[in-house]
Amino acid sequence: MKSTHQLGVSRPRPRATSTHRTLSDNRRIVNTLDETLHRIDAAHQRWQAGPVAKTLAKFPEQRTKFVTASDEPVERLYVPTANSIQHYAEKLGFPGEYPFTRGVQPTMYRGRYWTMRQYAGFATAEESNARYKYLLEQGTTGLSVAFDLPTQIGYDSDDDISIGEVGKVGVAIDTLADMEILFAGIPLDKVSTSMTINSTAAVLLAMYIAVGEKQGLTPQQLNGTIQNDILKEYIARGTYRFPPQPSLRLISDIFAYCTREAPNWNTISISGYHIREAGSTAAQEIGFTLADAICYIETAQRAGLAIDDFAPRLAFFFAAHSDVLEEVAKFRAARRLYARLMKERFGAKSPKSQMLRFHTQTGGVTLTAQQPDNNVVRVTLQALAAVLGGTQSLHTNSKDEALALPTEDAVRVALRTQQIIAYESGVANTIDPLAGSYYVEQLTDQLEAEAEALIHEIDKRGGMVAAIEQGWVQKQIEQSAYRYGQSIDHNERVIVGVNKFQVEESSAMELFEVPESTTQRQVDRLQHVRRTRDSAQVSECLRQIESAARGDANLMPPILAAVKAYASVGEICNKLSEVFGEYTDSSAG
Amino acid sequence: MFGPRKPRLLIAKPGLDGHDRGAKYVAQVLRDAGFEVIYTGIRRTPEQIVATAIQEDVAGIGLSLLSGAHLLLFRRVIELLHAQGADDIVVFGGGTIPPKDIPLLESLGVAAVFTPGTSAERIVERLDELLCVPA
Repeated sequence: MKSTHQLGVSRPRPRATSTHRTLSDNRRIVNTLDETLHRIDAAHQRWQAGPVAKTLAKFPEQRTKFVTASDEPVERLYVPTANSIQHYAEKLGFPGEYPFTRGVQPTMYRGRYWTMRQYAGFATAEESNARYKYLLEQGTTGLSVAFDLPTQIGYDSDDDISIGEVGKVGVAIDTLADMEILFAGIPLDKVSTSMTINSTAAVLLAMYIAVGEKQGLTPQQLNGTIQNDILKEYIARGTYRFPPQPSLRLISDIFAYCTREAPNWNTISISGYHIREAGSTAAQEIGFTLADAICYIETAQRAGLAIDDFAPRLAFFFAAHSDVLEEVAKFRAARRLYARLMKERFGAKSPKSQMLRFHTQTGGVTLTAQQPDNNVVRVTLQALAAVLGGTQSLHTNSKDEALALPTEDAVRVALRTQQIIAYESGVANTIDPLAGSYYVEQLTDQLEAEAEALIHEIDKRGGMVAAIEQGWVQKQIEQSAYRYGQSIDHNERVIVGVNKFQVEESSAMELFEVPESTTQRQVDRLQHVRRTRDSAQVSECLRQIESAARGDANLMPPILAAVKAYASVGEICNKLSEVFGEYTDSSAG
Repeated sequence: MFGPRKPRLLIAKPGLDGHDRGAKYVAQVLRDAGFEVIYTGIRRTPEQIVATAIQEDVAGIGLSLLSGAHLLLFRRVIELLHAQGADDIVVFGGGTIPPKDIPLLESLGVAAVFTPGTSAERIVERLDELLCVPA
């Protein structure tokens, strides 16, 4: 039974409501809050000096210093601070509103779950097409294409430099003929497709648009993402081809082209994932990624694009590691810091420009070759962190990936892990459920401050390209990786099954193998295409690309014309390389 | 460093794979253990690696590869060393290498394969043995 008081019908109007407070009311509330916090602080100190000290005297803690997976110091206990209450509006706000700390949509997973998007691709287009259809049957809601290294770097499958690599870490794509097979029977207006492609992104995007046209679709009807993030290739991932300046020009050409022609396409996925995989801490992951974003935004602005025209299509990609609470704090810190940067530094007005939307992949580097079944548990923790952190899409790794590409069975378990979190765990029922945790809020502040300090350091060094050329960013990551490795080698950090709880291993697990015939079949198809296409037209298209590359015309139209004439990835990139030159790794020593 | 001087090593990344966290870590760990270590950087051809190894007069080459192209590329390095009369250079390797490939690599002449999770201590111990450094 509800009393009239609870119903609030006949209750006298309170003297001061939240909307009609007087200055002295506000002061009184603040004073009360200060007093409360002061009391909590005093009680906290009493507790430390009393029960804690007494227990410690008899039972010392397991370690003298507790840290997160990224070496962030962790206190014994967190208590309320003024921050999250007094500054609630500016620090946390509401989902779908600035500063987006609590999420980018007003209803988050209550409206729709994250996109379950498994990264896949191997051997030739036929095998990968079959894997995509399998994944769609099993309930993935988006595709994510893994290309082999020659495709990613812009070499044909019959190039000497491609030896051994064709179809190995992803699918081999040489010409539009391969791309047509890759998406055969998959309606591109019904799925969204993410493509992990960077230095050669313009070529693969052009091929995707061309396949769309063959399905009767305009570029406006295509949904998806190209990674297109070259800076992290120099920093951490290594599939660069051209030097930074022409690479950045290609990226801005894609921004300009898509803003006009493919407005639903995410033109870049600025990636911290590979920075983390290379060994960075969580704070470095977001600091360096947002510093990369700053460089792309400045490049696009210099090319004459208006911030609110292109920024809504910028997307992000982060890793999720096993330190669940640190990862949740990281995602929240990244959203808040980006919103502030976009508003304060770039003057972005549109909320869509200010919101950081991101894909997450569980941490490949955390998988162990020892007792691989344990990886299912690691992936579960990491996927949970991504969901609690408000990810827009998620890839879950398979348990066998420390040893090889995943088998179909292993991939199914990885996908089911996401589905169990979505449908059974209940964590998606409410938005940002860890907000208000004293620890998570303080860690969010801490990671945001550290990431922001890294951005300032990069500004001082002359921006991201300069910081990369100085080798500074790479060195920071290398040092973090070394510290982390040493902490395992010195048994300060336990990796279950690796430096503790080991068993005698049997290598009974069945592993996936790329068919040996892959290279030959791929080279045969490429050579067949070369024999049957209009070679005069291909030569003319390549000349057009060269001419655009030498001038400042947008490169997308001539690249699109070339792929439609069945020019190969290698032919187009070799032509660009004649004009742009090649970048070489400077980390040798 | 105390004790006998340890030989010079080359840590190399053949093929197109850009993952060099492991290569850099192992290079540093070996330096810590007293080896002189040269790192090639990523994306080197077997020809470049062998040329550097001979020019720098190294005692061993550590090949790191995570892309799955190890059978072809490790073999190519060993063949080139043989062709140049440099069979005395010890070749070892690591990376994403399925267990069943290890005997194959060993039969090609790869002296040791260190797969993910191998401790730094174990790698140093094994290289000390292989390169005949008195303990």
